[in-house]
Amino acid sequence: MNQHINVKEKIRNARIAIFGLGGIGSNAAVMLTRMGVGYLRLIDFDVVEERNLTRQSYYPPQLGQPKTKALTEQLLTINPNLTIDAHHIRVTADNALPLTDGVDIICEAFDQPEAKAMLVNSLLTARPETKIVCASGLAGYASSNLIKTSRKMKNFYVCGDETSEISSEKDLFAPRVQICAGHQANMILRIILGIEEV
Amino acid sequence: MRLNGTQLKLASTVPLLAFLKEHGFNPARVAVEQNGIIVPRSSYTEIAVTDSDKLEVVSFVGGG
Repeated sequence: MNQHINVKEKIRNARIAIFGLGGIGSNAAVMLTRMGVGYLRLIDFDVVEERNLTRQSYYPPQLGQPKTKALTEQLLTINPNLTIDAHHIRVTADNALPLTDGVDIICEAFDQPEAKAMLVNSLLTARPETKIVCASGLAGYASSNLIKTSRKMKNFYVCGDETSEISSEKDLFAPRVQICAGHQANMILRIILGIEEV
Repeated sequence: MRLNGTQLKLASTVPLLAFLKEHGFNPARVAVEQNGIIVPRSSYTEIAVTDSDKLEVVSFVGGG
């Protein structure tokens, strides 16, 4: 088979869940959609706020809308053939696992470190065969080159510099957020195409 | 034992939770693999860390 067609087909058949639709999740979703991924599950409890617009993929007319709704609208404008399964819900240790049903790869894009750890632990314990690509360490404006992708365990990847934490002194800026989201989207693409190394 | 690839000497066997705190990790922000096997969070108090263990502790920071 023509290799290019094969690649496109694998991407179209991929089923990805994105947990958290902030700076990382919204930008990763846009990239995965432009790549031609056929199915995205979008999970977030929040609504679009003005302070999000500095780095998250939303627009002023969408202020106050659930991020799931605002992002769905945007992604379907990019690719009307995309299948979206949106969940406007807060993820907890009790409801996390069913939200991973039927997907191949998880893009972890939560803001809180406790939520990140909760999702990773739930998945690695109960669904060790599902791949998860996480974000950790992307605040501020330190060198872009410090952000990298690491394979921590067989099916567990982390993108980021693993140290730059959001705080009152260290805000999130669009470039490093998008660089990290790009790392995650590319790792997800590699996994879709059968490449497990970072 | 090895912690995240670094060799260190463990004088005595300790519960994982105590080990994590002692080494500056916040147990609510980590995922732990002991000798290639993920440690369920519910076992952090009962699982022991010994000097022959290989421990990988992945610690998350905020922002997303």
